[in-house]
Amino acid sequence: MSKTWLNLGAIALLALSLWGASLWADEYQVRLLNNMAIFITLAVSYNLINGVCGKLHLGPNAFITLGAYTAALLTLPPGEKVLNFIITPLIWPLSEMALPFPLALLAGGLVAAAFGLLTGFPVFRVRGDYLAIVTLGFGEVVRVLANNLQGLTNGPLGLKGLHPYTNLWWSWGVAAAAVLVITALVKSSYGRAMQAIREDEAAARAMGVNTFRHLLGAYILSAFFFGIGGGLLAHLITTISPSLFTFFLTFNLLIIIVAGGLGSTTGAIVAAAFFTLAGEWLRVLEEPVRILGFTIPGVPGMRMVILSLALLLVILYFRRGLLGGREFSWDWLGRGLRWLRQR
Amino acid sequence: MTLLRIRELGMRFGGLSALEDFHLEVPPGSLYGLIGPNGAGKTTVFNIISGFLRPTQGAVYYNGHNITRMPAHEITSLGLARTFQNIRLFGDLSVLDNVLVGCHCRGRAGWWEAVARLPRYRREEKHSLARAQTLLEEVGLLDAAGEIAGRLPYGRQRRLEIARALATRPRFLLLDEPAAGLNPQETRELIFFIKEIKDRYRLTLLVIEHNLRLVMGLCEHLTVLDHGLTIAKGAPAEVRRHPAVIRAYLGKGAVSSEQ
Repeated sequence: MSKTWLNLGAIALLALSLWGASLWADEYQVRLLNNMAIFITLAVSYNLINGVCGKLHLGPNAFITLGAYTAALLTLPPGEKVLNFIITPLIWPLSEMALPFPLALLAGGLVAAAFGLLTGFPVFRVRGDYLAIVTLGFGEVVRVLANNLQGLTNGPLGLKGLHPYTNLWWSWGVAAAAVLVITALVKSSYGRAMQAIREDEAAARAMGVNTFRHLLGAYILSAFFFGIGGGLLAHLITTISPSLFTFFLTFNLLIIIVAGGLGSTTGAIVAAAFFTLAGEWLRVLEEPVRILGFTIPGVPGMRMVILSLALLLVILYFRRGLLGGREFSWDWLGRGLRWLRQR
Repeated sequence: MTLLRIRELGMRFGGLSALEDFHLEVPPGSLYGLIGPNGAGKTTVFNIISGFLRPTQGAVYYNGHNITRMPAHEITSLGLARTFQNIRLFGDLSVLDNVLVGCHCRGRAGWWEAVARLPRYRREEKHSLARAQTLLEEVGLLDAAGEIAGRLPYGRQRRLEIARALATRPRFLLLDEPAAGLNPQETRELIFFIKEIKDRYRLTLLVIEHNLRLVMGLCEHLTVLDHGLTIAKGAPAEVRRHPAVIRAYLGKGAVSSEQ
């Protein structure tokens, strides 16, 4: 019972920090914090299927795209839609619809989850490299569709003029919900069964685990949060186009969960936060610098090189990621504090 | 009355016939042995019974159900569990979690009940935990409950695999070479242990074994396979003297020299 209070305390602390941030942080910092929360949501969901169930799923960008477009098309006011769709008008009834932001987000999550349900059947008929290839294919299929379904997505022009609904409360609220739900699932008997599937799928079946249903469940739940994360991302950037959701986005998420330690939710959170911050700090490298009277021109893309090097080092020296599959727990914190006091 | 009935079972892998015209009737409460030299088709029989292979011919009935084409996890929930020849534990999970995975298939609570920690899930989880601890105590692994399963010594991994199978609440247990890799002392302990769990859980057992001493000391009935064919059936004492069995195990010369 005391742990429930500790959890509630942690949520209250998060709310208090958000309130502080909304008062004192400048626009740039708020944007960074929003980005961080969205990446935490995405990474924690991605870790459920890749780290906990151990299935290499390479299609989160498909679900993020679906969520982003669904939410964006639902919040854009009809007038704004007319301005956007100059080549082919938007199909009815979407052209007339306008929903409040929370409902649009939820719809984004549900559309992504429905796509997960449909694709889950073919995906989990195959394993290993084939599963990776199939899911990679979905990412590309959705991107190509977004590029070509002019009457639905406005093609390569994308959607502009979204209202910046995403604020600290929405982004961090969703992140907290995703972390709570996924942690509760992983720590339940269902989560244990998913880990058993990762360890040895045949043995898990022999233990009576319906492997298909467990994998499908994890896949759909992660798809739901990918969709909501996509909706939040769309209303943060306020302009979306198919080029925003390439495989590169999936690749970033993969870097995050591998660096954090596959299977560790704590690792995914820490790595997602660090990745967002590092991406900003390293911008310095791309600007011209004056050292001892010499001007060194900035190299665009330099920060990606440094991030890749950092990832290489993590993989070389922390074979199982920074957290090595371990999780934060109150017991662990208590032990750490006692240890510090004894010193 | 039979608990497991196998009729005319056949399995072909391409041109290779791994099993032909295999019949088996296991009465409830018996300790049945399936023996034979390497490549005789014993594990193929196990894989078919437990739902890992679809036979090319014949049918398997368990407790009145036709389980020939049933998925493995459904067969387990009917009360038929198995172990593997090359131990297949969930290596990165703790010893306790390995057993708890076995308990999971008996839970009725849905995933949303688990996420929200609703009363039914909490009750089931408490029950599973108590059961897993009892099982670990019985196999002598309670002291290792928190350890990583993959780091246990070999003999204890064998015991854990049996405990995990028992956690699924089987009536029928298939043991695939339980004594493989054990020394004579451990083998003697294992015979005792198997008889003990059989009585405690009122199990029916089907055991594959290489080790003839173990089989002779343990089983009441035997079926001997060689190259996919059934070459002998009966009580251990009869089977041991059967010329075809001696030939299969020791070669042709052994039979003539004994005569």
